[in-house]
Amino acid sequence: MNALTVDNLSVTYDKSPVLQRVGFEIPEGSLTGIIGPNGAGKSTLLKSVLHLIPRLTGDIKVYGKPYKEQRNLIGYVPQRSEVDWDFPTNALDIVLMGRYGHIGLFRRPKKKEISLAKEALKKVGMEDYANRQISQLSGGQQQRVFLARALVQDAQIYFMDEPFAGVDAATEKAIMNLMQQWKYEGKTVLVVHHDLQTVEDYFDHVLLLNKTPVSYGPTQQVFTMENLERTYGGAISFIGKSAQVIQERG
Amino acid sequence: MSYGAWILLTGCLVGITCGITGAILVLRKMAMLADAISHTVLLGIVGAFFVTQSLNGLPMLIGAAVVGLLTALFVQLLDSSGVQSDAAIGVVFTSLFALGVVLISFVGDSVHLDVQHALMGEIAFIPWETFELNGMNMGPKAVWLLGAVLFINVALIMLFYKEIKLTTFDPQYAALIGIPIMFIHYLLMGMVSLSTVASFDAVGAILVVAMLIVPGATAYLLTDRFIVMLLLSGFIGVLSAVLGYFSAVLFNVSIAGAMACATGVLFFFALFLSPKYGFLTKKLRNKMLKT
Repeated sequence: MNALTVDNLSVTYDKSPVLQRVGFEIPEGSLTGIIGPNGAGKSTLLKSVLHLIPRLTGDIKVYGKPYKEQRNLIGYVPQRSEVDWDFPTNALDIVLMGRYGHIGLFRRPKKKEISLAKEALKKVGMEDYANRQISQLSGGQQQRVFLARALVQDAQIYFMDEPFAGVDAATEKAIMNLMQQWKYEGKTVLVVHHDLQTVEDYFDHVLLLNKTPVSYGPTQQVFTMENLERTYGGAISFIGKSAQVIQERG
Repeated sequence: MSYGAWILLTGCLVGITCGITGAILVLRKMAMLADAISHTVLLGIVGAFFVTQSLNGLPMLIGAAVVGLLTALFVQLLDSSGVQSDAAIGVVFTSLFALGVVLISFVGDSVHLDVQHALMGEIAFIPWETFELNGMNMGPKAVWLLGAVLFINVALIMLFYKEIKLTTFDPQYAALIGIPIMFIHYLLMGMVSLSTVASFDAVGAILVVAMLIVPGATAYLLTDRFIVMLLLSGFIGVLSAVLGYFSAVLFNVSIAGAMACATGVLFFFALFLSPKYGFLTKKLRNKMLKT
């Protein structure tokens, strides 16, 4: 069964197309890395699939049904820089926000939600920071708070926007553990990723994107020098080391 | 109650109503939109007067709420059609306010409604504008109006507490999990409009901005908890009203002006002495670390 089906998705900013006729199907239980050069529309793809920015055209189905009916199956880890961390609250409170969709209108988080949130913080190694003001956390710790928030959402499909960007080793490990756990539970994960060197370690599927999908499929088949050249065009020389790694492997 | 006590009570109600609501605006970085709404509600008040030929509480509240929401809507429309957001606020705010100023000239001398009054308010007149129920004097109209708005605002914040918090911190994520972010936005704009119009008679359009923004900005410096910030902001509003009232009596100056000044004085105290963010506190802490 396909967890996610995207059909004929196009997005424009001020008349210039950012995504053109994007279509792909993501099988349930896969770990997909979305790879492409700067300006390829990776984050735009994520946000338009999640209905956070308007689409020109495009049909998005989650487990065969329209996105809007399946909202509660969706988990999201945004880029850390998209929120103001000076907001007056602590880490536990942010994690609790992941339960708001389940709690419903007019109700408050109860003991059950609080213990779920504490558990999630523990899973990402942040149990000692539950009561810490969020502006006092390091970048990696803030990222882990967002991970814990996604975790308590108990979603079926997780979307992450550059989670590995500028994080410390502990956070990288936490993200990897979580992705493996989700895969083990049969959940589907899509990650916007920019570091070509780690693609083969992290993901079993790869979506190569440059405004339109260049290739999609299992990492072994799709993550080839030839496909990368087609995706990155002239910029391929900047890839340097990782290109070498692939050539050596091949 | 004595006239002084009524004035003080009115000031405190303005302080707490605007303080609690304004704290949310400060966090949402919408202080300028509050400034705009506080001016454009004048049009709503004048409009309500033309429809009902009186300055009654309820039509005024409705008129102000409508124009306040229209202000927010127009700003949103201009913003999304490509106008810079601060320019969008500037255009909408001045044109709707100007329309109110023009229309006010058609109001006869028989009614106490003029530009001077709209801009500055006159809290000293509040105790005379009383309202009667079955022949009983129920006290000043403004106190009842402010009390009702305070009740509405607190009730709405309690009902939508977690939605307001999440849409303020991370609107994208809120939209993702299905929270109607535009509804919350217009709800807050409605609350600002009501607070403004209820405070209008007392402090006017300019000084109400001080009561909306400064207590929230002060509370922001003093706490790391959302709920504490809202309550503290309300408290700072009340404290400003009390300090302002007594200094106005002492120095025989404008009461509303003194109240607004008091918010500024409290803000600078917090700016210098806040345990976490204060200039002096930081200097002192650095000095202690060095030795």
